[in-house]
Amino acid sequence: MKLITTGSAGTMESNDIMITVEPTDEGGVQVELTSNVYQQFGKQIIAVIRETAAGYGVENALITAVDKGALDCTVRARVSTALMRAADCRDYVWEVRQDV
Amino acid sequence: MYKKDRLRRSMMFVPGNNPGMIRDAHIYGADSIMFDLEDSVAYSEKDAARFLVYHALKTLHFGTKETVVRINDLSSGLGVEDLEAVVRAGVQVVRLPKTDCAQDVIDCEREIARIEREAGIPVGSTGMMAAIESARGVLNAVEIAQASDRLIGIALGAEDYVTDLKTTRSDGIELLFARCMILNAARAAGIAALDTVFSNVNDEEGFIAEATLIRKLGFDGKSVINPRQIEPLHKVFMPSEKDLNKARSIMDAIAEANARGSGVASLNGKMIDKPVVTRARRLLELYEAGSKADEVEDL
Repeated sequence: MKLITTGSAGTMESNDIMITVEPTDEGGVQVELTSNVYQQFGKQIIAVIRETAAGYGVENALITAVDKGALDCTVRARVSTALMRAADCRDYVWEVRQDV
Repeated sequence: MYKKDRLRRSMMFVPGNNPGMIRDAHIYGADSIMFDLEDSVAYSEKDAARFLVYHALKTLHFGTKETVVRINDLSSGLGVEDLEAVVRAGVQVVRLPKTDCAQDVIDCEREIARIEREAGIPVGSTGMMAAIESARGVLNAVEIAQASDRLIGIALGAEDYVTDLKTTRSDGIELLFARCMILNAARAAGIAALDTVFSNVNDEEGFIAEATLIRKLGFDGKSVINPRQIEPLHKVFMPSEKDLNKARSIMDAIAEANARGSGVASLNGKMIDKPVVTRARRLLELYEAGSKADEVEDL
């Protein structure tokens, strides 16, 4: 996935996470996280952000996240949305279910 | 996999772009949870809501609740992408809005079947319900209700409908024809009849009056927009002790007649007809299913 602009998704409401993705030329995927539960869940949230970005084949980006107590599935959803917006991409390839 | 025939007294709308509401949706006791990608989501956030509902359905457990997603209609240019997400995520029922004719259901079903095939999901796993929200849809309710074996029910969407009629919602008289059409079409097709939302969450008295009316008409349940509406709605659908005792007496009399080898049963000197037995059985089934569902919530 080629990022061409800044993309953001999410809100600052409770249980959500605000994700901003900026394209960069080098330095890999950098994640800057702010969270009230950083001590307990910071590593996990960053891992989910990185894993989601890796799933899209993103090699370089600055991802800023302001967490308000989001579940992992919300983090995945907001990162996905922000990446798609940053890539100005509307043709998402939905995955095949693995559990059937 | 969806169940065609199940308890659907309350079907609660949950805005599809609100993570907190999605997370808590199953705790309020609604029989079905309807994640909304349509009217409660701003156009600029349609993509975000779709991803959110997709990941929530794949990850979260909603217990015994039925999961439903209201998609955007196919003509909006958003509906097919909504289906791609929610069918692959394993939603039990897709709610199709603005259903005007049988072809709308057929077109939606074709897309669902294609996606199921592409995703490796057994074709036929995803249920559908159709919301009728126009005069044309009401007049076509019979053909809509019979348009697909996947349909679990048809529902009235009153806000758009009264606008189409050039009126507004008032005491319910403006919805009487539509409700009767939808109810009879649903019954003729052997599927559920589901009523519209009651928008004023602060008017509990009005809500109970409307719920009582639709139950008397024969509806299976109603859409709700706030958890506060669930308990009063379930109370309306809970049979009274008097009705329960009568139904039990009827079933006892039938059992006794069967034990005697007699095909004719009577209660208090009156012969018990087949429709009386059918109604008594349904009432007891509703009571048992409702009590069981509400008991699970109390635990």
